[in-house]
Amino acid sequence: MARTITYQQAINEALRQEMERDPRVIVMGEDNAGGAGSPGEQDAWGGVLGVTKGLYPRFPDRVLDTPISESGFIGAAIGAAVAGMRPVAELMFVDFMGVCFDQIFNQAAKFKYMFGGKAETPVVIRTMIGAGFRAAAQHSQMLTSIFTHVPGLKVACPATPYDAKGLLIQSIRDNDPVIFCEHKLLYGLKGDVPEESYTVPFGEANVVREGKSVTVVAYGRMVHFAVQAAGELAKKKIDCEVIDLRTTSPMDEATILESAEKTGRVVVVDEANPRCSLATDVAALVAEKAFRSLKAPVERVTAPHVPVPFSDALEDLYIPSPAKIGAAVERVANYH
Amino acid sequence: MPAIHSITVPKWGLSMEKGRLTAWHRQVGDRVSPGDEICDVETDKISGGLEVNVGGVLRRQLAQEGDELPVGALVAVVADAEVPEAEVDAVVAAFQASFVPAAAAGEGEGAQPQKIEIGGRRIRYLKRGERGDPVLLLHGFGGDLGNWLFNHDALADKHAVYALDLPGHGESSKDVGAGTLDELAAVVTAFLETVGVESAHLVGHSLGGAVALAMASSTPKRVRSLSLICSAGLGREINAGYIDGFVRATTRNALRPCVAQLYAQETLVTRQLVDDLLKYKRLEGVDAALRKLADNLFPGGTQRSLFRDALASTRIPVLVVWGGKDRIIPASQADGLPGHVRVEVLPDAGHMVQVEAAGAVNRLLASFIR
Repeated sequence: MARTITYQQAINEALRQEMERDPRVIVMGEDNAGGAGSPGEQDAWGGVLGVTKGLYPRFPDRVLDTPISESGFIGAAIGAAVAGMRPVAELMFVDFMGVCFDQIFNQAAKFKYMFGGKAETPVVIRTMIGAGFRAAAQHSQMLTSIFTHVPGLKVACPATPYDAKGLLIQSIRDNDPVIFCEHKLLYGLKGDVPEESYTVPFGEANVVREGKSVTVVAYGRMVHFAVQAAGELAKKKIDCEVIDLRTTSPMDEATILESAEKTGRVVVVDEANPRCSLATDVAALVAEKAFRSLKAPVERVTAPHVPVPFSDALEDLYIPSPAKIGAAVERVANYH
Repeated sequence: MPAIHSITVPKWGLSMEKGRLTAWHRQVGDRVSPGDEICDVETDKISGGLEVNVGGVLRRQLAQEGDELPVGALVAVVADAEVPEAEVDAVVAAFQASFVPAAAAGEGEGAQPQKIEIGGRRIRYLKRGERGDPVLLLHGFGGDLGNWLFNHDALADKHAVYALDLPGHGESSKDVGAGTLDELAAVVTAFLETVGVESAHLVGHSLGGAVALAMASSTPKRVRSLSLICSAGLGREINAGYIDGFVRATTRNALRPCVAQLYAQETLVTRQLVDDLLKYKRLEGVDAALRKLADNLFPGGTQRSLFRDALASTRIPVLVVWGGKDRIIPASQADGLPGHVRVEVLPDAGHMVQVEAAGAVNRLLASFIR
């Protein structure tokens, strides 16, 4: 029986085991070593929330502190990847990704294509996503869909400690650039995780709960809300199938469509803003390829099209809740 | 005074905390005999029939179909017909007044698996029971010690029962060495030595049966008896498609139809069961271990090692149990064994007979292992 560890520990363990396995794996980011080169306690911190803590003493020459210059160190990580390393760069909050979009969208994502398949860019960019941390509009966004939009990038968004470890190991071994999205409110979540190394393949959704009445597609933290809602709905004899996408690029279309064809009723839950989101993408997929099976319009449960509010009360209202998911599923289930 | 028997939710496996009662097979007023399944209980991982080991009349049903109950909760009461209703009610009231679910009481989950080093390999094992002659349970290809979850505790009443994960399996090291039967047998022999067991009753399922047979040949003094369940090593034929499919499967959709062949009753193959197997298969080193074992033990889709001749000359008591609907190794391999071998075929079960007909297998083992 696997032991129980947190999502954050699972990520740390994946990094450690991959660094032990492959000397080309390096870790870099703001405070990832904990102030190397400065006097005082080394390894004091391990990234802003301590995810890389403990790696620096084990691998002192392979954990690098970087300046607060995202375009600089993300570019350095991408360059190192092209030159044969397997860097895992931590870009604290996904909200700061904007300053290095050229490095990510126009360089890392395009090298293989521009150089006739000869260049590989095995870089992983770990970043925190999601609202609910009382961190206001510039530290709370759910920008997964922006990366999903760009060909040449892969995007992982684990919902559980088991998936966090397996998907991160897969990301490090993958030869393409991967944006690895960690929901900051899941860091404390505990779950069974094998001590041994393992991978979870990209493009394979997880059917978290099997059901017959309504398909609920979600990813990241919303998976847990969907499962919670499904538990409540079961008391009302509405039997939900909950699908966790796990990776948004590539996305497991087959599992979504198979389920949609079975239930004929689909709700998509996305913590992101609604326009051009994963919710929109999945809804379009179902409308296009499972139209004949549908017995009700597809509903999306998303944040509204506004920045994440700083007010606690408003932020709670902003995030899709189990109650909102439940209401949407009931509408779809009862549609005739 | 006639006895009043409380029938409670069993604990199948370490992680089981609760079960859902899915169907009643006996109603209040029905006579029940030891071995009767009175209802079905389902967990996330597995579902099975709840068997009574007492006889009498089913006097109370304490749960309805669909109810979820914690492990240890009262499901039914069995008592002779002449026991007054008031006495039955008193037993129920006393039970309910004192019952605290294990999870709520903060109790540990009892014996936990241990890990020890044997010849540089990590071997995981679980020991239940302290008394009597030791028994060692050996799972099959792709299995683990959890395959015995319906049998382990039943045997532990009278025996110190060990179950281990063979190399390449479960949470043991994934290094299978040369991947031969002899090497697996050597590891198991070293295991017995390490835990201080001079000789044991070996119970082997499928590949585990072949390992037990190899030990009976190489170190007969360590083997008190052999219980071979749907065992390998008794004939050439094996379902090559199953072995190949199991080794190759990397997705749930590929694995599910493959695993379904293990059971006569395919509804036993739950999503959780398939997911757990997939998680095992994704551990580092498992793919290579399974391929090596399959190539060595079942080259060209047939079994390499046969022990039928060895059985003829052995003095070790042997019990052979088979599921009549076994789709992995045909039950016909139980035919024509030497006369001293006791053979029992359970007609309605498949390859996982110790799961599908757990009660019957447990009774056979209890009567054979003395």
